[in-house]
Amino acid sequence: MIYLQLLWVFIKIGVLGFGGGYAMLSLIQHEVVDHYAWMSTTEFADMVAISQMTPGPISINMATYVGYTAGGIGGSLLASFALCLPSIIMVYLIIKLLTNKKSGMLMTNLLKGLKPAIAGLIFAAGLSMMNAQNFVQIGKGENNISIVICVLAFVASYFFKANPILLILLSGAVGFFVY
Amino acid sequence: MYFCIMKIAWQLFSTFFKIGAFTLGGGYAMLSMVEKAVVDKKQWIPADEFWDLIAIVQSLPGVFAVNTALYVGQKIAGRKGAAAAMLGAIIPSIVIILLLATIFREYRDLPVVERIFKGIRPCVVALILAPSLRMIKSAKINWKTAIIPIATVALIWWLKVSPAIVILAAIAGSLIYALVIQKKAKKKEVQP
Repeated sequence: MIYLQLLWVFIKIGVLGFGGGYAMLSLIQHEVVDHYAWMSTTEFADMVAISQMTPGPISINMATYVGYTAGGIGGSLLASFALCLPSIIMVYLIIKLLTNKKSGMLMTNLLKGLKPAIAGLIFAAGLSMMNAQNFVQIGKGENNISIVICVLAFVASYFFKANPILLILLSGAVGFFVY
Repeated sequence: MYFCIMKIAWQLFSTFFKIGAFTLGGGYAMLSMVEKAVVDKKQWIPADEFWDLIAIVQSLPGVFAVNTALYVGQKIAGRKGAAAAMLGAIIPSIVIILLLATIFREYRDLPVVERIFKGIRPCVVALILAPSLRMIKSAKINWKTAIIPIATVALIWWLKVSPAIVILAAIAGSLIYALVIQKKAKKKEVQP
């Protein structure tokens, strides 16, 4: 049963995941945390950090992690394969059928139209993770380091395009010394 | 001939394996490594054809690195090439994450690990919010089109609508938009 669920979830993500790994966050979060409850919101955040820090495509990293959590090693292989399955079919069909420029143009314009929605999708994933589980003692006034880390990391990433891995390591060090 | 394809398939596998094992920072960081290997070193595909191919692959849903591997593999050595390149791209990820996940789930509850991740979690939130805002900026959103990301966020975050449904609606809207643009471009061509 769990294998069928993993297969269905990751095929869906493979079909609807326009715009790269981060754009899939919202889809994965909805299925994995809200719908099937395979992991908590804190473990989801931890998984994103681990997937970001390890080499390879972030979405394959997340599929493997989710699959392992939900259904062991078999689940992890299945989830990664399910994520690739729509791509295998689509790329094959595109090479066979859409070799003219016109259909390529249509896809490019389609993606241009989708871009604002994808940005909203990623933003929503971030907002959903901004909760009391991921932010220690929010609003209690005595220890709001979480908010400080978040704001500083945001500024470093948005304005200075700081290396995300470096930011994760630094905030991990802050956590180690503060908590 | 058969041996030739198997040899190329093996080279595709090892090329994408190296890229999968050593590129940090997702699909786009990987692109220059693929170009270097496929266009410059092995000279499997000429540069202009490679970038045409990337333009198509970029607009597809799914894992960008996997789509690129499949497309390059198929172009060079058919279905066997596609399979070899795809496996090369994903196997390092699967192996590394399986190892880490096993270790992490074992030691997650240790106080030291918990302290470190307490610091990391708010950083992850920032790392997700920042690129989405940068994307809004690069999509050149004006007051009229600002409704799209705002509506997306409201539907998913506030009303808890499934993101799958939101994406399907956005695809329908974008398809109409793309078709209208295409028609306009055609009209321009006809007019002198």
